[in-house]
Amino acid sequence: MAETVESPTMKEFVASGQPMVEFDDVSIGFEGHEVLSNVSFTVAHGETRILLGPAGGGKSVLMKLANGLIEPDSGDIRVFGRSLREMTENELFEMRAHVGMVFQESALFDSLDVEDNVAYRLEEEHVDPKEIRERVLEALRFVELEQVIDKFPSELSGGMRRRVSIARAIISKPDLILYDSPTGGLDPITSTTIIELVVKQRDVSHTTCLLITHRLQDAFMLATHRFDPQDKKVERIPDNGIDASTKFLVLNEGHIVFDGTTLELTHTKDPWLREYLE
Amino acid sequence: MRFVSPEAYAKTIVASVQEYSLLCGRAVANIFSRPRYTADIFTQMDSIGVGSLPIVVLTGFFTGCVLALQAAVSLKEFGAVNMTGELVTLSMVKELGPVLTGLMVSGRNASGMASELGSMKVSEQIDAMRALGTDPYRKLVTPRLVATVFMLFFLTIISDACGIAGGAFVSVTLLKLKAATFFHTGYMSLEHGDVVEGLVKPIFSGFIIATIGCYYGLRTTGGTRGVGRSTTQAVVASSVIIILVDFLVTQLMIGIFGR
Repeated sequence: MAETVESPTMKEFVASGQPMVEFDDVSIGFEGHEVLSNVSFTVAHGETRILLGPAGGGKSVLMKLANGLIEPDSGDIRVFGRSLREMTENELFEMRAHVGMVFQESALFDSLDVEDNVAYRLEEEHVDPKEIRERVLEALRFVELEQVIDKFPSELSGGMRRRVSIARAIISKPDLILYDSPTGGLDPITSTTIIELVVKQRDVSHTTCLLITHRLQDAFMLATHRFDPQDKKVERIPDNGIDASTKFLVLNEGHIVFDGTTLELTHTKDPWLREYLE
Repeated sequence: MRFVSPEAYAKTIVASVQEYSLLCGRAVANIFSRPRYTADIFTQMDSIGVGSLPIVVLTGFFTGCVLALQAAVSLKEFGAVNMTGELVTLSMVKELGPVLTGLMVSGRNASGMASELGSMKVSEQIDAMRALGTDPYRKLVTPRLVATVFMLFFLTIISDACGIAGGAFVSVTLLKLKAATFFHTGYMSLEHGDVVEGLVKPIFSGFIIATIGCYYGLRTTGGTRGVGRSTTQAVVASSVIIILVDFLVTQLMIGIFGR
């Protein structure tokens, strides 16, 4: 994929050094049950933040909150420096034009073929049809699925659907990508393919991203691997190196139990965290 | 079965009415602002209007047939079989055409809307649409609303015409009336107010079908079972509300036109 083209306002925002995403004391509950409780963290520009934690810990809810799809009961969420609470519905739609999101179950439009699914955002923006076609092919080439351009989502495997979903998320070259369990429900080989795509996207475009995963091996692969543009493949960082831009956030029962770097996570003394990691 | 307190139940109803009102308000407001999904409006017009044509034509025609048969039995006692045309025409134009078309289109399309949007909701396609910067009310609800109101208006006229044709067919073939007598008495019985009443009702019915179908679709939860529940609720609610609003509009029209 081509280098992310940043708008002047986005450049100014990045230069200001403010976090891309900022959760400040956020709480939310459904039907009397608190799902997230006083959650605070930040995601810096160019950072890959991995959300770990047991199922039902509020990770997907956190992801939807970050994209303004649901509102918190209390606390403030700032994306690109602007509080989501202060935005109107139309401003939220404009903000989301800079955010790509990969859903847990892909959420592809089942009445549209792969080409129209991937092109959806560009068609909404009335981009020239010729340019749309080129960018769709480019996005599908990135996820190595050029050959399924005319197929419908129901004709694809789970892994393929997830890759098309990634293509749809990155086609507009967003400034922030939210991956909601991109490897959930997939076999280990397909999961590795998906994570390699995430690594490739991170190292080619340096896009800020938030990623949920249940699989520790996926999380550590993101932290210990890089994309080699010469060989065009994902490889282990030499000398047991660790990607500095990858950080972790661990959620348990709606509370943050860890917020830090890969090394801090692997050297944690917290008994629950040690048990979870082992 | 889970019991809820009367207070919680009342709050749920108030919240539902509020949610429905907001959906209606946004769907109507979107008509007057950009972007407009014109292609989606035409797709829905084809699906709702052209797709409903066979059932509307058949229902209208056979309702007119039955009406003529039933009317003839009663009118014979007064020696007024010649008035069959008047009775069939007035009944079809003022009441049966608009209501039956509304109910038939509701059964076909409110359920279709609720199940389509409900499936999209449970498979996170609605969230994906919002995440891709598209307002689902603008993209999904407004085109359905415009298409249903517009097409139901013309479907009702077709239904009225088919009903009168059905009545004429029975009157000529079974009651041995002259076609000219049937159509003449029918035409002479109609007044301006009757036609207005018959054409105002489908506008309300179309609004009810689209908004109720979309409302139940967009609030679907609970997987495929939830989709089935929403579909049933949409058909039941829209049918009942169509008949209720029909009563209110009839009252209003009687108040305005005096008949």
